[in-house]
Amino acid sequence: MSGLTQAHSVVAPSTASRRISGAIVIVYAIITMLPLLWIFATGFKSQSDAIAYPPKVFADPSLQGYVNLFTTRSRQTPEYMASLPPPETWYDELVRKQNMVIVGPSKFGARFMNSLIIGFGSTFLAVFLGTLAAYAFSRFRIPLADDLMFFILSTRMMPPIAVAIPIYLMYRELGLSDTRLGMIILYTAVNVSLAVWLLKGFIDEIPREYEEAAMIDGYTRLQAFRKVVLPQAATGIAATAIFCLIFAWNEYAFAVLLTSGEAQTAPPFIPIIIGEGGMDWPAVAAGTTLFLIPIVVFTVLLRKHLLRGITFGAVRK
Amino acid sequence: MTDIPDRRTVAERVAAATPDGLARKVSGFSDRTIAWLFIGPTIALLLAINIFPLIWAVYLSFTNYAANKLNATVAWVGVRNYSRVLSDPDIWERMQATAHFVVWTIVLEVLLGFGLALLINRQFRGHSFWTTVVLLPMMLSPAVVGTFWKLLFQTQIGPFNYVVSFFTGIPPSSFDMVGSVALAPWSIVIVDAWMWTPYVMLICLAGLRSVPDYIYEAAEVDRASSWRTFWSITLPMVLPFLMLAVLFRAIENFKMFDMVALLTSGGPGSTTELASITLKREAFEKWRTGYSSAFAIILFVTIFGAANIYVKALNAVKNR
Repeated sequence: MSGLTQAHSVVAPSTASRRISGAIVIVYAIITMLPLLWIFATGFKSQSDAIAYPPKVFADPSLQGYVNLFTTRSRQTPEYMASLPPPETWYDELVRKQNMVIVGPSKFGARFMNSLIIGFGSTFLAVFLGTLAAYAFSRFRIPLADDLMFFILSTRMMPPIAVAIPIYLMYRELGLSDTRLGMIILYTAVNVSLAVWLLKGFIDEIPREYEEAAMIDGYTRLQAFRKVVLPQAATGIAATAIFCLIFAWNEYAFAVLLTSGEAQTAPPFIPIIIGEGGMDWPAVAAGTTLFLIPIVVFTVLLRKHLLRGITFGAVRK
Repeated sequence: MTDIPDRRTVAERVAAATPDGLARKVSGFSDRTIAWLFIGPTIALLLAINIFPLIWAVYLSFTNYAANKLNATVAWVGVRNYSRVLSDPDIWERMQATAHFVVWTIVLEVLLGFGLALLINRQFRGHSFWTTVVLLPMMLSPAVVGTFWKLLFQTQIGPFNYVVSFFTGIPPSSFDMVGSVALAPWSIVIVDAWMWTPYVMLICLAGLRSVPDYIYEAAEVDRASSWRTFWSITLPMVLPFLMLAVLFRAIENFKMFDMVALLTSGGPGSTTELASITLKREAFEKWRTGYSSAFAIILFVTIFGAANIYVKALNAVKNR
């Protein structure tokens, strides 16, 4: 930007208006962050501080939420507590202060693991299939290509609950209900439409001349695809993969309807973490924090490609 | 990029090491074959997981099938499910709740999002960092967002009422965002706007950046007021982008399930019971599979039809 020559132009706003705009945006950003900061803080409160009335902004930090998130506990009589040998670990001690003993790990670890397995599995498949299809749509003359592309997109217009009814019946017949494989296949199908649309945009931007030169030099079409196009599309493939991963990671409707135990992911699990007297808010907040951290990292990594991702590649910068 | 002569030697080596017949079989695929090999799996997957179930749902919608009664005989009932859905006053109430949600979220998100985009486009110092911060909510899991806003909205232990009370003087425990009939429809609008305003902002920002500088310079030469410049240059140029954002938001919010299911579960009563939540109740709690399939098909046709009409309008604006 040539700031000097355009100092008085409408194109380059004046310093004062820039500062005011900046101030308003920063205020908005801070307001928007407050709910997230509150949740983050709640994860480090004790149960009693978390439900204090009026709410406490600052409380003594406690790891009770995180301990509760990863353990199941049972309440014991004071006589029993007194008969126990001294606690071995800091989390044993923390739990015993509430007159409880740890009886085992909670299901959160397993649910988190399911989220990872199903997320990465479906992302890999969707990006793999999507890359192939996107390349074909980008480079070959395919009869009814526009209609096919629209068909691929239109599968996204179904409300997930509407799709879930027949899928539920189909999976029951096929024995895929509540299995990781079933969820991977389902998320792959949902994500592949996004992958095709995004990747077609990225591959369209790679000049055809590169492959043509390679093919003149004796490469076959497949070799040119593998050794010329794929490396060029690497950034786009990575961005697409992250979008697919985020979708699978965040998905709730299918997960809550089609899984109940074995294959349940974290989103249906976090909201039902309950303690003795209703919701265990510190544990919910702790689970939420752990669940959201990867998304924050990915958002920062993706910031240049966000626009494409959220518009199915319809808008590019 | 590797340089071309080097690549040729690799290719030659590959060709030389492979027996003739096999080489032709492996590498000799015509482009046409490759095209179908590449597209085939995707289409097959979508047919199996989207289209086959859709056809099945269409079939079920003409029957009295109930998924929890495995041995009951399934009877063909014609269009009875459809006429029941369309004549059910409850369904129309749910559609009104859905319309309230869709319209108000879009109004709020367009106003706030467009406003923010105009401000961010001024390129103040640090704008890229703050833009990333602003964008964060839309990347989060709607289910988890609904869950933690339920905590924020608690009348006594949640901070939201205290913040409102601080600015307005209304006692914090005198109103219940999630539990009262008057406020619950607005609580879901607030949370959705919190989450998705950045989405509209980001698309508008792309629109603003698509306006070439010389148009503004020409306006300046003509001494057009900034008000005039906004109405006759900025807005028309951004409009196609804005309409695209509205399309995506409208489709998504018409289908809304997760955030609302966890924030209000459709309550109190059925004040925030959006179409998808009703669908879930009918299909997976009351197990009226045929009836809910009919409702699902009606919803899909509505979305699909409305989106098609809208895209025509969008293209008209684009080509103007």
